[in-house]
Amino acid sequence: MSPLSRREFVAAGVAAGAGLVIGFYLPHGKGGSGSEAFSPNAYLRITPDNKVTIVVARSEMGQGVRTALPMILAEELEADWKQIEIEQAGASTLYGDQTTGGSASIRTTWDPMRKAGAMAREMLISAAALTWGVARSTCAAENGSVKHAASNRKLSYGELAQKASTLPIPTDVPLKQPKDYKIVGQRLPRVDSPSKVKGEAVFGIDFRLPGMKYAVLSRCPTIGGKVTGFDDKESKKIPGVSYVGKVSDSAIAVVADSVWGAMEGRRILNVTWDDGPNKDLNTAAVSASLKKAASKKGASLYSAGDPAKAAGRRISAEYELPFMAHAPMEPGNCTAHFQGTKCELWAPTQVPQDCRDSVAQAIGLESDQVKLNVTLMGGGFGRRLEHDYAVEAALVSKAANAPVKVIWTREDDMRFSTYRPASLHQLTAALDGSGYPVSLTHRLIAPSISGQKGQPGANGVDPDLPDEAGPVYPVPNYSLEYVMAETAVPLGWMRSVYALQAAFALESFIDELAVAAGKDPLQYRLHLLAKDQDLPYFATTWHTARMRGVLQLAAEKSGWDKPLPAGRYCGIACFGCFASYMAEVVEISMENNQPRVHRVVAAVDCGQVVNPSILEQQIQGGIVYGLSNALRAKITIDKGRVVQGNFDDYAPLRMDETPVVEVYAVPSAETPTGIGEPSVPPVAPALCNAIYAATKKRIRALPILS
Amino acid sequence: MADITLRVNGSEKKVSVSPETPLLWVLRDTLELTGTKFGCGAGLCGACTVHVDGSPIRSCSTPVSQVAGKSVTTIEGLSVNGLHVLQQAWIDEEVPQCGYCQTGQIMSAAALLATTPRPTDEQITQAMNGNLCRCGTYERIRKAVHRAAGNGGAR
Repeated sequence: MSPLSRREFVAAGVAAGAGLVIGFYLPHGKGGSGSEAFSPNAYLRITPDNKVTIVVARSEMGQGVRTALPMILAEELEADWKQIEIEQAGASTLYGDQTTGGSASIRTTWDPMRKAGAMAREMLISAAALTWGVARSTCAAENGSVKHAASNRKLSYGELAQKASTLPIPTDVPLKQPKDYKIVGQRLPRVDSPSKVKGEAVFGIDFRLPGMKYAVLSRCPTIGGKVTGFDDKESKKIPGVSYVGKVSDSAIAVVADSVWGAMEGRRILNVTWDDGPNKDLNTAAVSASLKKAASKKGASLYSAGDPAKAAGRRISAEYELPFMAHAPMEPGNCTAHFQGTKCELWAPTQVPQDCRDSVAQAIGLESDQVKLNVTLMGGGFGRRLEHDYAVEAALVSKAANAPVKVIWTREDDMRFSTYRPASLHQLTAALDGSGYPVSLTHRLIAPSISGQKGQPGANGVDPDLPDEAGPVYPVPNYSLEYVMAETAVPLGWMRSVYALQAAFALESFIDELAVAAGKDPLQYRLHLLAKDQDLPYFATTWHTARMRGVLQLAAEKSGWDKPLPAGRYCGIACFGCFASYMAEVVEISMENNQPRVHRVVAAVDCGQVVNPSILEQQIQGGIVYGLSNALRAKITIDKGRVVQGNFDDYAPLRMDETPVVEVYAVPSAETPTGIGEPSVPPVAPALCNAIYAATKKRIRALPILS
Repeated sequence: MADITLRVNGSEKKVSVSPETPLLWVLRDTLELTGTKFGCGAGLCGACTVHVDGSPIRSCSTPVSQVAGKSVTTIEGLSVNGLHVLQQAWIDEEVPQCGYCQTGQIMSAAALLATTPRPTDEQITQAMNGNLCRCGTYERIRKAVHRAAGNGGAR
């Protein structure tokens, strides 16, 4: 499966509930360190020494998968949580698609992890019943043991492992009811916190091999440019520099025995470039190209009635958003060891299998000759859905004939990233006599991330949009349309992807309509959502009742109806993406014509919450990320080059600008939905709506502080 | 290349590196103390914060020659026995997400508490504002500093 089709497969599989894979069944007794290990599936291994190991087949980038996913399995296993050890899977054939993105880790593993745990639990109960010669129905699994209450006997899972491993694997196992959950829904501490606060956690950049070299690459600063020549005489005078060479059309690697040596070697490397076809590209040209693309007919994403025929007072507005960069704290890096017919990598990656396949292709090996280990990641936010750093590491290791760690500097990360697509939005509504829309059209004009990577999706619909843009309101005449624009600027999936753009435009516009109607923005939205209705959108069906629920919860907790202190103003926005519902109220004051955000109240409906503490972390973090996006995030292009280079000219939020964020979840036993991204999109419109409330000025282009 | 002697976490270390090498890379590559992180290389993010003679500095922008003969404390040496009160507070407040910046955050906070045992919100912001976190953990960091200071985790 190609990288992109794999990602599409995730989105489609999640939404349709299809394609869920329980890890392959391993041959009995072959799953662990000794032949007595009980490993009925690839997610779980119980050894006679009573070690219970759960394998995490998604990548940990801060979102808590190493804690939350094992909790799901441990729940069904009736495990003793204190006893659980976690193992990180590398790129494998045992777990289906391991892509970590699309707010999908819980969604895609909820079923397989539950079944994997339940299957083992049932087998352990059978093993105990056979051991004791009692009826199976008289035995119960609890807290890491099977108990026989009548005789007051108890065997630990470790003690039962050998016996269990000889039993047939059941295919249909009962799953627990939410009311019986003991682990799922609990605020269990994250398993990775102690090592992270002690500095013992090994991120990709910390991994080390004996005899390892370090490499940095000199990449053509102009988008699409190429190397025409280089002179490495001076670089090679730097102590420790052992290799300088071209590793691709657009990059030269400098290899040394220290990071600093490699950086110094690169600093004085003399490279000549062919700037290529984009040397005159700038931000104004990108903006103009979006406006030009707007004249094209787009692909329909959602349609109801006929907006063209709807009569009423017409209101229109355009919104525009810039390119943005993920800028995770850990810059790009990867360690590779190429050894002729095999290559091993240690990669901080969200796509282990795609990285493995891209590496294999780049260095002329088969995928099964490449072993890829997944390290901890210092943030991902979608940047590590790309394979560039892994491919570079493998190429350099091959060229330099040594184990090599490639490191990107912050400037490399900022200038050679893949960016959130710039976009233009045209919205029009016709309002009835009471000021409510009888029609709504939203034309989303943006280049396609997947399209740029060669897989634009069917019928002009970018494959990400089904999970990231949706109708929200059941307006009777509604058209949501996507117009695919083109750009040479490299594009990537950045936290919440197109949902950020779609929500900014829609929820700013709804606020404009509420103002035009002279109505309270919350009441206006609630009125539009008043009737229980299902809005089918690709594989998701959005329910007005659930959206109403989060709006009401956020409004209640924020005290929307209560008077604000003097100088304070509130804005509200809601949106649905990755199958979750989110509403946020942002409270600000204006200081020197700039907003100061004091408080954000967020309400989410994401079905069953696996770990409320991690959920709160994700939402608090998503809102801070969203505020960074809204206030200052802007990547600009000049002479075909990315202008920004570090955290001075691309400046995320710091502590002084961070508001208090309160998080409330709607109690629910529905199947869990996405939580890593849905808190990001409502932030910018809620903030801009608050700014309007304060100043009567409407912000239609991000970032706010440009 | 030059031979430079410094004290790191209480032990004398002699390294043979170019004198302009940033302390960060000496700690990470030469001494294999990778708890100190590379984030920006320009003193803008604080991920590389360590203490030199008790004061917080950005090791990415400090040539190793400047710390010759001085005493360097990294996250690995922050606590001699078990967890530092801040590390425990970080766990109790569930601060880390990706965790990459947190060692630098903790080193900045430790320097703050060393001079200001009961910091106000404003003092915390001032001391911590140089440390970036893309996971957005700032409010939990604030709570953890208060908790460690004995302010009960309250604001």
